[in-house]
Amino acid sequence: MESRKEDARRMVSVTINGEMRQGLAEPRTLLAYFIRETLGLTGTHVGCDTTSCGACTVLFDGEPVKSCTVLAVQADQHQIDTVEGLETDNVLHPLQQAFWDNHGLQCGFCTPGMLMTSVALLQKNPHPTESEIRHGISGNLCRCTGYVNIVKAITDASHKMQKEPAEV
Amino acid sequence: MFPSAFEYYAPKTLDEVYGLLAQYGDEAKILAGGQSLLPMMKLRLAAPSVLIDIGSLGHLSSATETAEGLSMGALMRHKTIETSHWPHYPLLRETAPWIADPLVRNRGTIGGSLAHADPAADWGAALLALGASVQIESRDRIRHMALEEFFVDLYTTALEPQEVLTRIVIPVPATAATFARYLKLERKVGDFAVVGVAITVSLAIDGTVAQAGIGMAAMSGVPFAAHQTESLLVGRQLTPALIKEVSESASQEGDPESDRRGSAEYKRSMARVFVERGLSQILQQWESTQSA
Amino acid sequence: MAIEATETRPLGKAIKRKEDPRLVRGQGRYLDDIVLPGMLYMALARSPYAHARIKEIRLDQAYQVPGVKAILTGADLEKMNLSWMPTLAGDRQMVLATGKVLFQYQEVAAVVAESRAAAEDAVQLIEIDYEPLAPVVDPYAALKADAPLLREDRDQKDNHIFHWEVGDRKATDDALASSPVVVKEFIRMPRVHPAPVEPCGCIADYQKATGKLTWYVTSQAPHAHRTVLALVSGLPEHMIHVISPDIGGGFGNKVPVYPGYVCSVVMSLQLGRPVKWVETRTENIATTNFARDYHMTAEIGATQEGIVTALKVATIADHGAFDAAADPSKFPAGLFSIVTGSYDFPVAFAEVDGVYTNKAPGGVAYRCSFRVTEASYLIERVMNTLALKLNLDPAEIRRRNFIRPEQFPYQSPLGWTYDSGNYDATLNEALKLVDYEQLRKQQAERRAGGELVGIGISTFTEIVGAGPSNTFDILGIKMFDSCEIRIHPTGKAIARLGTRHQGQGHETTFAQVIADELGMTAADVLIEEGDTDTAPYGLGTYASRSTPTAGGAAALAARRIRQKAIQIAAHLLEVSPDDVEWNGEKFAAKGLESRAVGMSEVALAAYTNLPEGMEPGLEATYYYDPPNLTFPNGAYVAMVAIDRGTGEVKVERFVAVDDCGTVINPMVVDGQVHGGLTEGFGIAFMQEIAYDEDGNNLAPNFMEYLVPTAVEAPHWETGRTVTPSPHHPIGAKGVGESPNVGSPAAFVNAVVDALSPYGVTNVEIPLFPWKVWNVLKELGLTQ
Ligand SMILES: Cc1cc2nc3c(=O)[nH]c(=O)nc-3n(C[C@H](O)[C@H](O)[C@H](O)COP(=O)(O)OP(=O)(O)OC[C@H]3O[C@@H](n4cnc5c(N)ncnc54)[C@H](O)[C@@H]3O)c2cc1C
Ligand code: FES
Ligand code: FES
Repeated sequence: MESRKEDARRMVSVTINGEMRQGLAEPRTLLAYFIRETLGLTGTHVGCDTTSCGACTVLFDGEPVKSCTVLAVQADQHQIDTVEGLETDNVLHPLQQAFWDNHGLQCGFCTPGMLMTSVALLQKNPHPTESEIRHGISGNLCRCTGYVNIVKAITDASHKMQKEPAEV
Repeated sequence: MFPSAFEYYAPKTLDEVYGLLAQYGDEAKILAGGQSLLPMMKLRLAAPSVLIDIGSLGHLSSATETAEGLSMGALMRHKTIETSHWPHYPLLRETAPWIADPLVRNRGTIGGSLAHADPAADWGAALLALGASVQIESRDRIRHMALEEFFVDLYTTALEPQEVLTRIVIPVPATAATFARYLKLERKVGDFAVVGVAITVSLAIDGTVAQAGIGMAAMSGVPFAAHQTESLLVGRQLTPALIKEVSESASQEGDPESDRRGSAEYKRSMARVFVERGLSQILQQWESTQSA
Repeated sequence: MAIEATETRPLGKAIKRKEDPRLVRGQGRYLDDIVLPGMLYMALARSPYAHARIKEIRLDQAYQVPGVKAILTGADLEKMNLSWMPTLAGDRQMVLATGKVLFQYQEVAAVVAESRAAAEDAVQLIEIDYEPLAPVVDPYAALKADAPLLREDRDQKDNHIFHWEVGDRKATDDALASSPVVVKEFIRMPRVHPAPVEPCGCIADYQKATGKLTWYVTSQAPHAHRTVLALVSGLPEHMIHVISPDIGGGFGNKVPVYPGYVCSVVMSLQLGRPVKWVETRTENIATTNFARDYHMTAEIGATQEGIVTALKVATIADHGAFDAAADPSKFPAGLFSIVTGSYDFPVAFAEVDGVYTNKAPGGVAYRCSFRVTEASYLIERVMNTLALKLNLDPAEIRRRNFIRPEQFPYQSPLGWTYDSGNYDATLNEALKLVDYEQLRKQQAERRAGGELVGIGISTFTEIVGAGPSNTFDILGIKMFDSCEIRIHPTGKAIARLGTRHQGQGHETTFAQVIADELGMTAADVLIEEGDTDTAPYGLGTYASRSTPTAGGAAALAARRIRQKAIQIAAHLLEVSPDDVEWNGEKFAAKGLESRAVGMSEVALAAYTNLPEGMEPGLEATYYYDPPNLTFPNGAYVAMVAIDRGTGEVKVERFVAVDDCGTVINPMVVDGQVHGGLTEGFGIAFMQEIAYDEDGNNLAPNFMEYLVPTAVEAPHWETGRTVTPSPHHPIGAKGVGESPNVGSPAAFVNAVVDALSPYGVTNVEIPLFPWKVWNVLKELGLTQ
């Protein structure tokens, strides 16, 4: 293999969960690892190597994407939201609360990704049907719950958010 | 899980892109949505030493509709197309939700999909059915080419190393009564097509087929259009009997391979079933618009 | 809606999970979240061949990569006598290959570097020359006399690993010979992988100054891993501290010790720095323990009325390159002898032959109590064949053969003593929930209209909670489990157990068990697992054993606390201990209901105001050696429709009625059932690790190893009957695996039912559309 250029690291600035953060990243650093290791936000998980599982889902300029398949350098000057930003003033986001209330998680490994996908889903479609929810979360694998209670949780949150509109 | 090292550029203009392509030649790869290229790089099945991220070329992320047709920028994401309204081109909205999963659709681009030239990709089949052509630009020239010529072989296109795929152009359909279906057999969400069939049909006032397009995914080494079958449809009244005839014909086109997703015989059969189902649905839809 | 953890008398209530507040915030602490100062990263070089001799390994280029600290090969390990490690099944497994490789993706060298990327860069630059050898992929071919010998290290010069049998062969043969009806079926359960969303990994942190190794590892059995590590490495066991942090799903995948674990420990010992290794998904699916790969033939004898007379089973078990099964030591085929299921077979015989092939080693119990899934699948499938043969309704054939409630404790012909069950009641509940008669009517109507619609039933019995020390051990260690409870002066408690949950909800359910015994609330009891320096010894969480074993220990430890507490209460109430009564929430003076003290008063007194001469403090430990296993059962009904055009099978209804004895938390039980059913669905329809004839793994990632998304996963309907275990302290039986064990047969029976009018008795899983279509095609049923 030909030798690669050394220390090609560059500064990457992101607005993450509303806060400006910077860190050095090689071009090949995947956004998921930049978030986890450089910025220290480990709620975003990595569960596969083929862009299949969605455990790494974050919002990129408001859209849910698989952060293992975006380069950190591509996120420079963009807005990222992760599970750590969902709670406001020590109050859980209605989706977090609904996942808890409805047993929408077991091991919790898929949960941050599932939540971020759901947040975007409800923003676009505040009253999804069961089928719309199931299709909406089909890029996120869960091996524990069989999805039943995840669907229930998202439905529950959609009802509650309708009553008291929440942030994010 | 970690790509080999590379240099990264995010040019703001096509000229800069051309400059970088000229400088790095074969070593460089264009990065669009990254949803095919980055997975391959993570597994180290691809290891370009330079990535040219064309994501900042804003003018390639929108579409313009004119009397002649629809011109889509190569950087339009699958999701944008899924949520756009182009009543003349119903096949686009029919196809988009079948691609990958919602998260991948938020990043992946139509141009990236075509340039990647996976024989099982959904856009290939759909855009062939629509008779699309592509616009390819380089420092020296702008070329237009029928999509059919663009797909050369498995994962191989007519793109030359110095070139960028910039636009996809779909001609306006022959009549306003255009109906479409995309039928796909996938083993689960996020799976590439075992077989995919894209159908678009434009009907004249009297119900005869004015124009028909049938594209197929995973039925050959490249996405392809079932021209023979299309020609069987044109000029004739869409009836159950005709549908039966053309679906038989469709199953004979293409050259599928036997693999873990099914035998060649199975895939041919799926093509037949999908053409029959798709056209039957279209017939039904047409009939219901007539009675309404 | 779930109930808050501050509820009193929490047992049996849907208490909201205590682990969730951190997990929904992304504040779980999983293995890869842990970063230690000075930590290095490890990556492994793996074989591209399934069977090949290693000619030469050249490392010079790899060492050139900046940041590379060390590279380890099998030759290095050989010098330390560590190139092989024992498996839990009594075989041995190469840590890094020496001489030859025996499966594709086998571990050949380990690189440690300052970053993951550098480690992977270096792995790519390791040059290994191989001389390919003829691979053996098919287990039947492996048994042929002229098959290439795979395991040259063994004295035995063939590919046969073990023969295991149970039951009375002669009596079974005789009974079959004299049975008026005999059905025989060959049933294959293909190779699958548990594939939790979090892969396996570890950080070995050896501190030269203290001589202590802290080992963070995704372990379902941290104590057992500590002992194994002590035995393998020679480190004194008290100088090994295993920490199993939050685990992102296990399903059996995180029970064994893997080569990557050993390498990272060796590297940390050598370098004196923490070494992290986290496998990729490809490594996870392609190398860590698979499950199943059982090739089974069963014969059932019966009378004309469908009363079963005998069961005979012969099985070939493909273990891959090493027998790395994680079974109790005396059970090379796990608890496969539960194969007589829910039925009263007078005689039975089962034999299993283990075979080596050039495939990844295993197999583990994937959401299953050691080969119980294979056994249940087999018996439930072949009972279906018997029903077809006799033209009996599948519910009826089961009813005629169920072990009846009055037969419990029931002695099975293959040696188990079933604790309890009411199989008719469970089946009836399922049939009622699904409205079986109506369903059959609908089926008849739709069939008349040309549709292919089928209804499948599975009425399985599981065997879980290994287990009693007279029978069960792993590497000699008895399979008890434990709980230690400490009540603090203010009446709050911490309890530690020898198990390690991976999503099952122990932090809540065990708190409920203890709180209920002590008149506390679940909120007041902190559950801790996974730290071997603090938790009492136990064998871990798998095989649905936590509730039957550690759950029993928790209740009994709490009762021990109550024994002392009652003395203190008497002191506070100023009555004699004989006059103190536990009313379920408080200690009351007999006949004086208003005079009562709760655990908080007693706890305070235990540290401040003790009866004369009493030892201070309030804590207890219980090592619970269960007297027997528990036998959960269930009745599942599936309704499917087959698309004649594509061969796709749609699951239209699925009703699951489970009987897991006493229910600790119904919400958690339902959640376990949903998850298990979905994995059972995956196994029936899409999960398979296939190999080509060269031994190449064809499904080493989530693009090819297909696990269900929310779109494919059917909608589940659940129900329950409750037949408590008579011997378990609270009557609970365990539930984590039942749905995965019982459901595959229900799906397949439904598909067979749809096709049975055309003579079909068996179809092979996974039921990919093309496979079903091929069957339709042969029968002339395609559209
Ligand atoms: C899990 C998963 C499932 C998927 N399932 C499907 C599916 O079911 N159906 C389907 O059709 N696709 C599927 N895809 C692929 C997806 O649609 C990709 O988005 C698409 O193939 C590539 O588009 P991209 O913009 O991401 O391209 P990139 O990955 O950025 O690029 C792909 C290739 O095209 C080249 N390229 C990109 N843009 C240009 C350009 N404008 N000019 C010249 N060259 C260019 C790149 O150099 C590269 O070689 C899946 C992907 C994933 C990860
Ligand atoms: S880690 Fe699996 S999709 Fe990103
Ligand atoms: S909760 Fe474990 S993977 Fe979803």
